Amino acid sequence: MDPLVEIRELDFALNGSYILEKINLEIEAGEMVGIIGPNGAGKTTLLRLLLGLIWQTGGEIKIFGLSPSRLGRKREAIGYMPQRPALDRRFPLSVLDVVFMGLHTPATLGRPLTRERREKGRRSLEQVGLAALQDRPFGELSGGEQQRVFLARALCREPQLLLLDEPNAGLDLPTQHHFFNLLQQLQKEHNLTVIMVSHDLAAIARYAHRLVCINRTMHVHGRPGEVLSSPHLEKAYRCEFDLLLGWKGGK
Amino acid sequence: MEIFSYAFMQRAFLAVVLVGLLCSTLSFFVVLNRLSFMGAGISHSILGGIAIGVLAGINPLYSGAVFAVFVALLIGYLSKQGKIQEDTLIGIFYASGMALGIMLISFKQGYYPELFSFLFGNVLAVSREDLHFLAVVMVLVLLYLLLFFKELLTVSFDEELARASGLPATFLYLGLLACLALTVIVAVKVVGVVLASALLVIPAATGYRLSKNYRPMLGLSLLVGVVSGLAGLFLSYYLNIPSGAAIVLCAAAIFFLSFFARR
Repeated sequence: MDPLVEIRELDFALNGSYILEKINLEIEAGEMVGIIGPNGAGKTTLLRLLLGLIWQTGGEIKIFGLSPSRLGRKREAIGYMPQRPALDRRFPLSVLDVVFMGLHTPATLGRPLTRERREKGRRSLEQVGLAALQDRPFGELSGGEQQRVFLARALCREPQLLLLDEPNAGLDLPTQHHFFNLLQQLQKEHNLTVIMVSHDLAAIARYAHRLVCINRTMHVHGRPGEVLSSPHLEKAYRCEFDLLLGWKGGK
Repeated sequence: MEIFSYAFMQRAFLAVVLVGLLCSTLSFFVVLNRLSFMGAGISHSILGGIAIGVLAGINPLYSGAVFAVFVALLIGYLSKQGKIQEDTLIGIFYASGMALGIMLISFKQGYYPELFSFLFGNVLAVSREDLHFLAVVMVLVLLYLLLFFKELLTVSFDEELARASGLPATFLYLGLLACLALTVIVAVKVVGVVLASALLVIPAATGYRLSKNYRPMLGLSLLVGVVSGLAGLFLSYYLNIPSGAAIVLCAAAIFFLSFFARR
């Protein structure tokens, strides 16, 4: 079977300097892959390339066997959860309003949401355990609850591929564990392919089937245990790492 | 009531209600997208378009509308290219559009009294032709907003998600700017170039202060737009004060009163 995501010799340069260089990666259906690397390593850029929001300067990306710019209706099979801090928390929306936003596609442009699609939104809110809060103002939710709402928004289109950008940013440890446990459970239930990006490798290593460490180029990839014990990891982060204590020192 | 016995007052009342509804609907997106400076920039820059109409001998509302849409789309397009900040572009067009208007009007021989009404508005001078123009603009703008409301709301809240979902975010945004430009030109007829931006901010700003959800926010915005228009017109008539200033001050008074209410 062809991999769900194929990245070959991918380059992305901005104003002549490489943000990503010679990235090669294959992701099979049903895998949960963590993309790790320090801040500014090009992780979000990689996600934006996969989504077709920006275009590579070299190499090739295929999702469902298609280039991101030619996905057409297949785009509906991708759920995306952008970084949370970039959004306006005072925007006057209810929790359900936010979830419904995940249902809009070019095919529904200019048409009202059907009852069937609204039902999908409500179901996905139930899946993340927030059905009781559907009418609450979104801005009044805690950070962890907001992340679950965004997860519901990504899930409501019943995706095959889920892309998450820094899903644990700004969450305390118990909330992170709750979020990732929920994600893991949903991933198993729906056989989702998940690609999640995080600079916090300790958090993500516990849940991902496979880790890919990038810092402009791909430094190491494999099972979490292999990646975390690899000397290449310290090269990517440019510091010595102790996974229990975190950063030990570096350049 | 005596006030309603004059044909020009009947037209004025109809104009403030329609402009109030239109401006407050647009102001909903202006506030959510933080476009208040854009509204001010377009309203000032269209003096250039109005002056072209005056010199060419065509209705300045028509030339102003074309000019406003052109300026709005140019600002939107250039800022989406990412090379110049949107507020920088607005600052440039804001002043240069006015400068073009002042220069062109100086070519016109003699005194041009209508210029004063374009600068500060004169709802009492609204003609039947102006009302027809207003009705056409209203239908076009409301049709666009109704058709793409949910998508515009999504782009306003999370543009990245909208793009990732395949929605034409840039097209939707430029369409919104074109609607804003058309709305500005009809607001100019009522309150003038100098005050038009107030009608594009205050109604929804009041709704935003008092609501936690966009539905009541939009409803309150419409209410403030219409009530301030009518109240301003009554005050203008009975106190003999300029109508544009009276309408904007009524809207501002409602906004400040909203601080006494709880969200």
